[in-house]
Amino acid sequence: MTRAAIVSAGWYGFKPEVGDLSFREMMFEAALRAYAKVGVDPRKDVDAFISCQEDYWEGIAITDEFAPEPVGGVLRPTLTVTGDLIQCLGQAVMLVRTGYFDLVSIEAHAKPSDILTLKGVMDMALDPIYLRPLSPPNPHFLAGIMASSFLARTGLGREALALVVSKNKNAGLDNPRASHASPVTVGDVISADTVVDPLTRYDIAPFSDAAIVMLVGGEEAARKVTDTPVWIEGIGWATESGTGSLAYHSWDSMPSMKMAVEMAKGMAGLSGRPQSFASFAEVEDRYSFMELLALEEAGVADPIEGFRMLEAGDFDPNGFFPVNPSGGSLAAGVSFEVTGGFRVLEAYERLLALGGDLEPGLERALVVSWRGPPTRTSMSVILGV
Amino acid sequence: MSEEKSLPGTYLRERDLQSLPGIVEHRPDVKYLYSAGQAQSMFLRGLKDGRILGVRCMRCGRVYVPPRSYCEYCFAPTGDWVELSGEGEVHTAVVSYISTFRERLEKPEIVAVVKLYAPGYTNKDDEYEFAGMFHKLCGVGEDDVINGRVIGMRVKPRWRPPEERIGSVTDIECFEPVQS
Ligand SMILES: [Zn+2]
Repeated sequence: MTRAAIVSAGWYGFKPEVGDLSFREMMFEAALRAYAKVGVDPRKDVDAFISCQEDYWEGIAITDEFAPEPVGGVLRPTLTVTGDLIQCLGQAVMLVRTGYFDLVSIEAHAKPSDILTLKGVMDMALDPIYLRPLSPPNPHFLAGIMASSFLARTGLGREALALVVSKNKNAGLDNPRASHASPVTVGDVISADTVVDPLTRYDIAPFSDAAIVMLVGGEEAARKVTDTPVWIEGIGWATESGTGSLAYHSWDSMPSMKMAVEMAKGMAGLSGRPQSFASFAEVEDRYSFMELLALEEAGVADPIEGFRMLEAGDFDPNGFFPVNPSGGSLAAGVSFEVTGGFRVLEAYERLLALGGDLEPGLERALVVSWRGPPTRTSMSVILGV
Repeated sequence: MSEEKSLPGTYLRERDLQSLPGIVEHRPDVKYLYSAGQAQSMFLRGLKDGRILGVRCMRCGRVYVPPRSYCEYCFAPTGDWVELSGEGEVHTAVVSYISTFRERLEKPEIVAVVKLYAPGYTNKDDEYEFAGMFHKLCGVGEDDVINGRVIGMRVKPRWRPPEERIGSVTDIECFEPVQS
């Protein structure tokens, strides 16, 4: 069975507001860049198009129908997935591995700045019978519950979370996609206004308008269009019992994340801690505590050990095992279904940039992402060069 | 649903519905402010000025109305702007007598697809696409639609007075027949 690789990627936006372009124009700009880099004509050379989106984020019902034209997919095989771009990547890998598709285009876009009532939109994702009537005052309440129970279980203090924020916001300062990067200190984070206890304004990643398009190819097709394919060695995703049964969940952990990482490792034929096969990781951090939780579920370090490594600088951009050297979502923002794809894009570009500087045996990156509240869906990708 | 109904039967009132056990009401509070983007913003500004603007693909010659920033066939950015006369012909039309909930409308509504005359644009082999607008049709009777007389009829936009235009497709009240 053929291997699948990312052969090109294009992006647009990653700004708090892209007011001058419609979401369709953002999709086109991202697609144009992805295809132009490798001289691919989507009207002839791409065998299928996959778009990851969700109607309520768009404010358009049956938004699938808007998918084909801005990415070159008119009158061509196109499908949509209600999920994160990583879930589209999973579909693309499966299509490529059937042997019937040489090149597949995947896309996700987000325009949170178009939404005037985010709470109202997110309420629509809650169980209508027993959760919506309670009308929680803001959409971050679920993260607050998770953060509290995570701190209670681990015994970690507020400072551990602030340290994650400070590391990521600073790491993003030289990333052109990290519009929310800032040289904040642990003190800044702790003294900021509390949004949902124990999280302050800085612990919660803000939103960004963004679009990403990637080209995925089978081994032969990949080598034809680029000298620098980045292999999707492993990919996994999992949904727990889902948003419909939030009340029954364990709030201090994220089993779907562990399952997704195990699935990706299994496909890649890898075992052991990620730092034994990868050089760095881009992981979930849209709420500060999620980074330590993601590192735990991915098997990098349990929370206490993780905090120690964080304090020691091991996860810094130039540390022993950089975690979110891009600045993560805390620096680049949350862009709905683009968010996991953003982590893949960062890992892809960093692997290419490091190239020969990667340590032998560690020429890989680990990506771990969550689909965001109120979902219990997670994804993981292991990329290699 | 309103309580003034003309159909026979007993109507459930809002309150009756809500008091049924096992029914939970939720009124969505979902509001958006859509960015029209580069191409459609230009189009909307044109409408405010009483002009219908299209944009041409420099590769295949197609004229897009409503305009797009890209040609979906060539996958290339579109080029020159063109102003259309607004005249065109009815491609297809339909009379609607009922609302979504199948209540009879007081006055039937006629909607049509108008194929606009675009300078220098000849249709390509794939006949299904053309510069055009989806809009209401006025100045024609139901019978004209039902018996098909309206198909191919030359029409032009009936503009709202300039002071009432807001930069929306509703700046055109409807398309009406061109009197020859
Ligand atoms: Zn064209």
